[in-house]
Formats: sequence, C-alpha cells, structure tokens
Amino acid sequence: MEQDDSDSKQSPSNQTPGTPRTPTATPAIRLDAAELLNQEITLEEALNHAGSGAGHGELVQLPQEEPRNPDALDDRRRSDVNEWGRSEHMREIARRVYDPIYKHWFRVEWEGLEKIPEGGALLVANHAAAIPSDAPVIMHGIETKLNRPVYGLADNFFRTIPVVGTIWNRLGGLPAHPDNAYRLLREQDQLVLVFPEGTKGPSKTYSERYQLRRFGRGGFVEIAMRAGVPVVPIAVVGAEESMPTLFRVPSIARALGVPYLPVTANMLVAGPLGLVSYFPSKFKLKVLDPVHFDVPADRDRYSRSRVMDESEAIRDRIQAALYTMLRERRSVWFG
Amino acid sequence: MPDQPPSPTRLTRRATDALEIDPNGPRRRVLVTGLGTFWGGRVAQALEANPAVEVIVGLDTTEPTVELERTEYVRVDANYSILSRIVRATRVDTIIHTFLVMDPTQMSQRAMHEINVIGTMNLFAAASAASSTVRSVIVKSSTLVYGCAPEDPVWFTESTPRSRPAREPIERSLEAVEGYVRDFAGDNPHVNVALLRFSNVIGAELETPLTRLLQLPVVPSIFGFDPRFQFVHEDDVIKSLLFAFNNDLPGVFNVAGDGLLPWSEVAALCGKRTVALPPVATGFLTSPLRQLGVLDLPEEYEGLLKYGRGVDNHRLKNFGFRYEHTSTEAVEAFIRAVRLRKVVGENEPSYRYERDVEQFFRHSPAVRKDRRQA
Repeated sequence: MEQDDSDSKQSPSNQTPGTPRTPTATPAIRLDAAELLNQEITLEEALNHAGSGAGHGELVQLPQEEPRNPDALDDRRRSDVNEWGRSEHMREIARRVYDPIYKHWFRVEWEGLEKIPEGGALLVANHAAAIPSDAPVIMHGIETKLNRPVYGLADNFFRTIPVVGTIWNRLGGLPAHPDNAYRLLREQDQLVLVFPEGTKGPSKTYSERYQLRRFGRGGFVEIAMRAGVPVVPIAVVGAEESMPTLFRVPSIARALGVPYLPVTANMLVAGPLGLVSYFPSKFKLKVLDPVHFDVPADRDRYSRSRVMDESEAIRDRIQAALYTMLRERRSVWFG
Repeated sequence: MPDQPPSPTRLTRRATDALEIDPNGPRRRVLVTGLGTFWGGRVAQALEANPAVEVIVGLDTTEPTVELERTEYVRVDANYSILSRIVRATRVDTIIHTFLVMDPTQMSQRAMHEINVIGTMNLFAAASAASSTVRSVIVKSSTLVYGCAPEDPVWFTESTPRSRPAREPIERSLEAVEGYVRDFAGDNPHVNVALLRFSNVIGAELETPLTRLLQLPVVPSIFGFDPRFQFVHEDDVIKSLLFAFNNDLPGVFNVAGDGLLPWSEVAALCGKRTVALPPVATGFLTSPLRQLGVLDLPEEYEGLLKYGRGVDNHRLKNFGFRYEHTSTEAVEAFIRAVRLRKVVGENEPSYRYERDVEQFFRHSPAVRKDRRQA
C-alpha cells in the first residue's frame, strides 16, 4: 500500500507537496545544523549513561530495541489515507461508481479545461441543487481529465454527520478553513475547489435559479492572494435543475440543527428516494480565464476594498458566463 | 513537609566536585519539576549525561521512580509553596516544567487544578522574583490546548486559535497554564521561554488514555467517524525537551510526529478490531461501561474520536530538530512493547528510591567522584 505520510514521501496522486516555502526561523536564531547535532544529547547516550551504574542496585530494564535501519524509512501504513484524509483507493472506487452517472446521466461537457494552470489554483464555481451535484461533477471531471486530485472545501456541517462525513473526507472533502486552503495551495500546489456562496447557493429555491448569491466576505480572494495562486472561475449549468428546491422549511431545519431543509421536486416525484436521486439534467461547465492577483503572497492582510472588488468582479464574470450559457441552452435535459 | 530539602550550599559544592569542569562557557543549573513522573525522571536522566549541566534539582510530591546519579531530589507539596526559597538557594538558571497533568482520569479535578494551575503560578512567581537567577524556562504543554471541533483546520500551527472555547477541565487548566507562561514571558523579556505542545504521546512505556483504549480487547471508536490521529514517540518528547534546553529555543512549538493515521488504521496496526460507540449522547450511553471500569474515556477524547487533531510540526523542524519516529513508527514501537509485555509480564525497573542510600552516594566523602566517562 502506498503511503504519503511525511514530506519526503507522497503518493503519486499528490503532486510535490514538499516543504513549506516560508521557514519561520528568523535569521538571527538560525543555527548551524552541524552545531546543533553536536550539542544534542541523544536519548540512547543518556540512557546508557544512566544505566551504566551509579553503583546502587542493578537497573532492570526491558531490552532496548535494535537501532532502526536508517534505510528502512518507509512506514508500513495499512491504508493510503493521506494527511488530508483523502484516500486514492476510495477515490478510485468512487470514480468507478460515479463514472456512468457522470457520462450517461448528467452527460457532462467541459469547455476550457486547458485553462486550469499547472501548480496550485483555487477553483471557484456557482453552487446549486438541494444536495449539491456540482461538487462531485467538477471533482470527477478534473480528476479523470487532468489526472490531478481536487480537494473540495465545504461547510463544517458535513463533518459532523456520521458515515457521510467520513466518506466525504476520504473522497477529498475538507472543512472550509483558510489554513487548509493555504497549505494545499501554497505548500502543495494542489487544486482546491470552493463555492463562495456557501450554503446560500444550494438553499435557494427553483425560482431563484442561476441568480448568484453574495460571495461571502471575499475570503476566497484573500486566500488566493496569500497563497499566491490564481483563482479559476467555473460556471456550471445543469446543477440547478438536477434537484430543484420548491420551498424550504426553516423551522424544521432549526429544530434539526441543519443549515437548511428543502422540499425538492425530486421528493415529490420519487418520494424518499428523491433525497438521493437527481433529475438527468444536462451538465455544461465552462472554465473562465484564471484571475491572477498582482500582489505579494504571505501578507497578513490585504486591502479590504481590493478583496471585495476582486470578489465582486469574479462573481460578475461567473454570472455573465451563466447568462450566456443559458441563452444558448435549448433544453434543460439535452443542452 | 515530610522531608527537609538537602542543604543547598552543600548541594552546590558537592555537585561541582563531582563533575569535570567544562572549560567552554558557563555551566547550567537546572530545576526539573515532576521528578517523580515519567517525564521528569527521564529528563533528569538525560541531563545527568550532559557535562554542561552542573546542577540538577528535581522537585516532586513523590519519590523518583528512575535511578538518578547526581540529581538532587526535593520533596515539595503539589503547589510548590517553598519554591521561591529553592530557586533563591540553588540559584538555578533553567527551569524545565514537566509536572503538568495531561491525563484527567488519574486524579480529581481539584488535584489537577492544584498541580497544573496553582503549581505553575507559584513556579513562575518564584522564577520572576526580583532576585531570581532564572534565564531559561521550558514548559511541557499539550496540543489539548487546541481543543477539538468540527470547524478545526486539519493542521494547527502554533498561532492558530482554537475554534471553540475550552469546556473540559483539563483543557481549561492547560489554558490557564499557558496564560501564566505568556504573562511570565511578557514580564521577563530577559528570560528565554520555550513552550512545547506535545501531541498524543505513545511509546514503549508511557500509559495514557489512548494507550489504554488500544490495549482493550476491542478498540472503541465512534460510529461513522474515523478521525485522524497524530502521535509523538516518548523518546522524541525527551529529545525535543533537551533540544529546546540545549539551543534555548524561543517561543511556542508543536511537537508531533509526521503524518496522521485514521483511528481504524491505528487499531489495525495494533492488531485490534474496532467496536462502534453511539455517535450521539456517547458519554451518557457509555456511562455503564465507565461505572464497570471497562471503558475510561475522558470527555475530551470523545471529541478526538470524532474529529481527531493534527498539528503542524514544521516550526521545530526549521530550527533543526529531527524526529526519530513518525506517527506510524511511534504506534509500532508501542505495539511491539505491548507484545513483549504480554509474554514476559511487567518487566519494569524495580528501582526504589531510598533516601539514605541516595544521600550516601551523593554526599558521603567515602564515595570517589573521579569517575570519568563519556
């Protein structure tokens, strides 16, 4: 089983995470490594010294283990779950299960996939459907077409659901914490997918479809700036119709402690099965030109107005692209 | 006070006699708290091997459990009321504070509060007294201070704040401890303060709530959750404390092995199956098991069994520290020791502290101290 435990060892699916580019040691206290090694007293020495006798009483000790062979550095891991909780093995199974849905149910079509740059990038898309169908489509599409893993950031609420939370995590889902995004983008050059609308996107009703909600507080722009990576906007058409929300029941949602509780058209058609089944709407995804921010990375703060302007501009571009795609769409089901 | 501390002046003189003088640089005089605990004893043993350390004074409420050659043991009460006298008398320049309780199942909340909070408060009061000679303080804290919540990042860096306020007594007490450390560092800029936060410690000898879980016939987990755990080998803990001591590391450092292991994988490494506990009302539903003493799961570990915790260990590495063990290797070392114990039984050192014997070896003129060894 492959593993990717430490910096030096990574599974092939994770591209060169490597060491951080920003050592925290300040020059004033950076010490010569050789000097440090000389000063350091290893535990073995200490134990030998302690055991070698002050003269009273024989120290009975468990036999010391043989020193480890320095060449045998490979951990004998029992699973391939990586530091983010993603398992390439689970992902492989999920890809195999999901591929027919992707190809034959949603009949996904991409445009502009080549615009996704090498190295780290923050993918930003519009978010829709009561149980969002866009995240798996985007992750599956990019993983199969570009052969790169995609980490999806989502609401922490996911993580609190037994079973679902764990599976979601194994398939590349992470809680949307800025530190997670920064580390993936800045230090590991990965692709990270976020939906800046958050739960406001999937919770909107059918009558509000393709009307983008507020893009949070622009946190995604700030993270991309700090990590020094471009934002790649993606416009998704089709998710809205795959599980349209007819109306919401906020009182029950509050009682259950969930972010929103929709009654979907799927439930009316298929009953309880509607909770887990999508309508076969035709998916079209369009990757827009990456947005590069001309600011230095690793700042503590960035101009709030600049962040909000960029965020608003990206939102406008996705919205405009959606309108264009909708103008050209002849049928919800056939594209 | 059942025992009087040894006469400080004599202690200093004899200890100097006992050692070869290192011509380079000043020699350190070190105070170790919690000498009777696993950590204090191991740290003192390691310091004894360092010729640059002139004096080691160890404090504890209980007698040392490991054999020590030249460490002076002073019995104190849990909250160190005589500490400022000891610091003044021995003129120590370094304090290594290992006496912090991390395992809340071992004592009452009140006793833990006395040791962690009041003990630390008195320690720093003594260290910041006007006449204090203390120039370096190393504190052994825990990554428990980061808490455990669904909105946590996968990796906590030293500066990441915790996501939710601390509720459990152990976490609250460690927060108070770290507060004293920060205050002390702020009030005494001439003192080098290193705060090491250790992840889940595991290894051949140490017993913790997690090692107890892993030695049950089946390992408890929480249904539907498979959190990722990080471990640090007990040898790396000692190594990092000495590293901080030798290099006068400044600031806060996470100490944890590389890699995060799913709990199911930890159990598999130990050759155990997991058994799922209910994900809601876990504490309430498992209370019968607690009453029977089958399961001893402190509250903060319930959260850990749901969401796990990872800490970023780069800061210490950037200063040149090298870990001997990854998380996986630490667990493997633990399980190898468990296998051995299963066959040969508890083969622990049968050392018993005898005050008269120890005093004889340290202070009797009959003992020749010219023994030289590497």
